[in-house]
Amino acid sequence: MYRYDQYDHLIVKERVAQYRDQVRRRLSDELVEDEFRILRLQNGLYLQRHAYMLRIAVPYGLLASRQVRMFAHIARKYDRGYGHFTTRQNIQFNWIKLEESPDILAELATVEMHAIQTSGNCIRNTTSDELAGVAADEIVDPRPYAELIREWSTFHPEFAYLPRKFKIAISGSEQDRAATAVHDIGLHVIKNEAGEVGFRVLVGGGMGRTPILGSQIRDFLPWKHAMSYLEAILRVYNQYGRRDNIYKARIKILVKAIGPEEFARQVEAEWQDIKDGPSTLTEEELQRVANYFTAPAYETLPATDAEYERLKAEDKGFANWIKRNVKDHKVPGYAAAILSLKKTGVPPGDITADQLDFVADLADRYSFSELRVTHEQNLVLADVKQSELYALWKEAKAHGLATPNIGLLTDIICCPGGDFCSLANAKSIPIAQAIAERFDNIDFQHDIGDIELNISGCINACGHHHVGNIGILGVDKDGAEWYQVSLGGAQGNTSSIGKIIGPSFSAHQMPTVIDRLLQVYVKQRIEDERFIDTVRRVGVTPFKDFVYATPIKAGHVTGEDVCA
Amino acid sequence: MPPRSKLVMSLEKTSVPNSTHIIKDKVVISDDWTVLRLNEGETPEGVAVPEGKIIVPLKVWQAQRGNLQGRQDLGVWFASDERPEALKDDLAPFKVIAVDFPKFADGRGYSIAYNLRKRLGYQGELRAIGDVLRDQLFQMVRCGFNAYATRQDRNIHDALKGLTVFSETYQASVDNPLPLFRRHERGALPELSDVGAGI
Repeated sequence: MYRYDQYDHLIVKERVAQYRDQVRRRLSDELVEDEFRILRLQNGLYLQRHAYMLRIAVPYGLLASRQVRMFAHIARKYDRGYGHFTTRQNIQFNWIKLEESPDILAELATVEMHAIQTSGNCIRNTTSDELAGVAADEIVDPRPYAELIREWSTFHPEFAYLPRKFKIAISGSEQDRAATAVHDIGLHVIKNEAGEVGFRVLVGGGMGRTPILGSQIRDFLPWKHAMSYLEAILRVYNQYGRRDNIYKARIKILVKAIGPEEFARQVEAEWQDIKDGPSTLTEEELQRVANYFTAPAYETLPATDAEYERLKAEDKGFANWIKRNVKDHKVPGYAAAILSLKKTGVPPGDITADQLDFVADLADRYSFSELRVTHEQNLVLADVKQSELYALWKEAKAHGLATPNIGLLTDIICCPGGDFCSLANAKSIPIAQAIAERFDNIDFQHDIGDIELNISGCINACGHHHVGNIGILGVDKDGAEWYQVSLGGAQGNTSSIGKIIGPSFSAHQMPTVIDRLLQVYVKQRIEDERFIDTVRRVGVTPFKDFVYATPIKAGHVTGEDVCA
Repeated sequence: MPPRSKLVMSLEKTSVPNSTHIIKDKVVISDDWTVLRLNEGETPEGVAVPEGKIIVPLKVWQAQRGNLQGRQDLGVWFASDERPEALKDDLAPFKVIAVDFPKFADGRGYSIAYNLRKRLGYQGELRAIGDVLRDQLFQMVRCGFNAYATRQDRNIHDALKGLTVFSETYQASVDNPLPLFRRHERGALPELSDVGAGI
């Protein structure tokens, strides 16, 4: 993976010094909170309900084991012994003291990490495919381009105070695993007929209050022009994005208002000034970065390992785990293994300090000392020998990290919600937990098969509810927490925005609502049809009719302690 | 909980029409330009432009061009929703061009500055006015500003430190038209370098 050179180190160290001084000035009242708030947010420090939360950038989801050990250290020394992986492939700590935050950054800098632009109205951490570089369906490895975007966007002087936050995702595979359609900019690395590398550029996707899928504004942008073209997009947005209403400030609203064609025309006009200028990437620069992403020292192995096949046939638990949590690898004899952070009873994405140390050890022993974070809030060991999967599974299982539920009902994407976040209208973690408990039976989950259940505690949609096959949104009604359910959302190559099925439910009703939706699916599905395909074939109506056919006991309408 | 502010808000917005000190070319200097802002009820056509060194709103320049263009000491300022192209081929009359930041978190002024310098080729004094604070000066100098009328309720000598926060940057901008990869041989591993050791 990428290693800092002297310039990366210098910039991060100078950032720590700048931030340390900003904290000092805040504590001595040289800075007022209104000013400091915007400065600290640009460094990922939020004030939540109980304490500060610090969000640390994990560039395009890639981690070295020594970085993961640093997270464990931070969890123990500065937090309450655990951290939380987010849907932007980052990690956040929820119990941080302002006074200590500069020291955390100084410690992070020693392992080439930071919290730069993990919040605020600036260009956020670029996300990518968790299987980048190893996926069997990969066209071009997106990681070098993701790193080039990281460097370009870090402290870009012109785009530090955009109308609103700005998120870029990049994917280089047949299957889009980076949710590019719901990003401000989605990039697909592709090859043209001549075999040259370039980008298909989508703009104006997003979730939040107004969910929209991105529009393609360019079918092939030669890779050398990536930075100048991104700059042109940002320059148009910085000047014309709305600043009068926070809910209409994302680029999607601008693109929708003037239309993708007109937006593309304005970008083109800005781009003509800078195209072929000094920001144009060079072969040497691409090569410099690409050299960090060369293949590790793979062994030459048979495509299938006999002992592995035997164990798979013999041990149903192992077979279940393989079926759900292990993905194809482009190198024979290797596989990518997903460690599930969705064990029932644990908030989705949460991980303890001991588990962090443990997964770092696993990475050292099984996967060239690297890990990846998925935007579904799980971890990946991307380069595991097939012959070692059984041993890995045993170890992971002993530490609660081998729930065989990837892509299943309990692999819930969930924001921190009202338990932590001051923006939330409702709690989300207890809903996820109540559903996970109700459907804990893994055989049942395997029977239901692929399904995406996403939960957000407010309209900001950190839990990606719009693109969940089942989406749950926490809403506030007269001070009580209610949950709105949508159906038919999807991420990936056939992305779609879910449709709301009707009036909202209490927290207590939610497991039964899910149960009824699944009953309709089981009844309606045709042989091996996935949940989303059934919804698309039969429409929302049969689901809606059945869910609302008879009343569901409302329980505590406040949604408090439903699953305590 | 965050510490409570002891600063009085009324100190923050001063109605002083002209700064007595500004930062220009990285030093604090005294300054005798006045920024003309329209009061309620005044129109670009009707407002009287005082004699002396004055920086007028773009709209006033456009409305009163006939009267103003002979003046020796004239400046113009852009509001954050105005475009630099309004002065295309029309930069000569001005000794200073200013860009207003109504709030420091309104980042449009950075793109105005960039295009004034790069697209229109403006070479003269480019001054940030309005909610101009220490923690944004580094971005400003990068986008082409060379003068800063920092907020009067803050210490201008402290603000000066904001210009030198970073000694290297990744991207090309106005101050440094080449990106890092065109300026330096990259790739020296950190263990072979003691860069930043004193920070």
